[in-house]
Amino acid sequence: MAGPAATRSTPAPPFRTSTATRLVGLAILVYAVYAAAQLDFSWDRFQVGLGNGARFLGRMFPPDFERWQVLVKGLAESLQIAVLASALGIGLALPLGILGARNLMPPWVTWPVRIVVSACRALHPVIVAILFVKAVGFGALAGILALAVASIGFIGKLFTEAIEEISMKQVEAVRASGASFMNVIGYGVVPQVLGRFVGFSTYQLDSNLRNSTMVGIVGAGGIGGTLFSAFQRFDYDFVLAILISIIAIIMIGEVLARGVRAVYIDGRGLGR
Amino acid sequence: MTLVIKRLVKAYQRDQPVLKGIDLVVDGTGLTAIIGPSGTGKSTLIRCINRLVEPTSGQILLDGVELTALPGAGLRRARRSIGMVFQEYNLVERLTVMENLLTGRLGYVSAWQAWRRRFPDADIARAFDLLEIVGLADRADRRADALSGGQRQRVGIARALMQQPTLLLADEPTSSLDPKTSVDIMTLLRDQGRARAIPVLVNMHDVSLARRYADRIIGMSGGQIVFDGDGSQLDDAMLGRIYGGESWLEAAA
Repeated sequence: MAGPAATRSTPAPPFRTSTATRLVGLAILVYAVYAAAQLDFSWDRFQVGLGNGARFLGRMFPPDFERWQVLVKGLAESLQIAVLASALGIGLALPLGILGARNLMPPWVTWPVRIVVSACRALHPVIVAILFVKAVGFGALAGILALAVASIGFIGKLFTEAIEEISMKQVEAVRASGASFMNVIGYGVVPQVLGRFVGFSTYQLDSNLRNSTMVGIVGAGGIGGTLFSAFQRFDYDFVLAILISIIAIIMIGEVLARGVRAVYIDGRGLGR
Repeated sequence: MTLVIKRLVKAYQRDQPVLKGIDLVVDGTGLTAIIGPSGTGKSTLIRCINRLVEPTSGQILLDGVELTALPGAGLRRARRSIGMVFQEYNLVERLTVMENLLTGRLGYVSAWQAWRRRFPDADIARAFDLLEIVGLADRADRRADALSGGQRQRVGIARALMQQPTLLLADEPTSSLDPKTSVDIMTLLRDQGRARAIPVLVNMHDVSLARRYADRIIGMSGGQIVFDGDGSQLDDAMLGRIYGGESWLEAAA
């Protein structure tokens, strides 16, 4: 018998390198260079741009809060759009999320629901907002509907995925007691996903708050409209005031969302 | 209460039946243990009774009602009187012990009442009584995932008894528990069955526990019933036939 040292020849490489992975990496690199050339994305233009940017920033300082009434009105409208759109979107996403779950529903229910939810997610909120502005006219209603659609698209899918990951043993036990379908949902399914639902919902509220500052650019209400017209009038100091306010609002929103999550997810189950 | 099972067949995959024509009558009271090797269809048999598993063919009658023919609403009504205890307890982990017990009453309350936790006073009183019986009176507002295995199975039994069942099913109720806790759980199942004068049907693989607690033992092998009698009739030859082979018997002795 040969000793262990004798039997050990050159060890096999510990990590396998895949030709396919390398080819894909190379293809991405080639395409990036090609796209940059096509779009005239060159160092010269970048340098010129930097200069422009510096001048632009210079004109933004100091921020001008003189027209704070306009600012507050726009922000308040954005906030209202975000909250209403979240309430509407989450309210509709909840039943859709349940109906889309393949462990609870037969395929003839889940398929149409999944298609609706994907369709809601397919278009960017700004494009949806343009459609709604055409449909229901300028103003906050269009923004609310656009962001509600976006909310359904995103958290409808997240809800469905969360439900598909639950333990069916717990559901089975509730079912075995003779509970109705709604009671199976209420006692077997919802307790298992409530924490994650709250997490998704606060995340969506956060995201809607951000997006509600943008839909105004296409006339769907909120601070975005104010921001856009300030840009067009070259009121860059007012633009900066608006941007600072938006950042402040978003940060406050994140702190509040974290608070809600702390209560519902980390703590006390159903919060009772 | 009489449970009659006639020519029950269950095939998860076509032409590969797990249950190959089970005929069984369980009536009166007492604890019936179903023993047999893993994969022989014990669980499937128990689950066919309350149709957590849909039988392929055959009939199951509970007090003359053909469970196998019931449509949705009728099936839910029938399930209300069949309590079930699970191997892995199957408690709703994020609900409290009290909420888990009240789950046993969900067949009787509307979704709106259940959602607001508005259960009849009688149900709540019964839940507290049962917690007293299973020795968890001080844990009512504890979340189920904060309990030990033995405690969880006590909650599982209390939840099944909340249904005021006329038949109690238990699918390997002690397989995830240590020997001492297993004995406690079997004692609880037997005593509660006697106190309520209802039959208890228990799947298990521990032959000595079956001998100790069962009034009647059903031996299953290969999807069929090969033994039906009491513990004294269950000799080594029969155990060899149920589980196959004999060497394990010598090791145990």
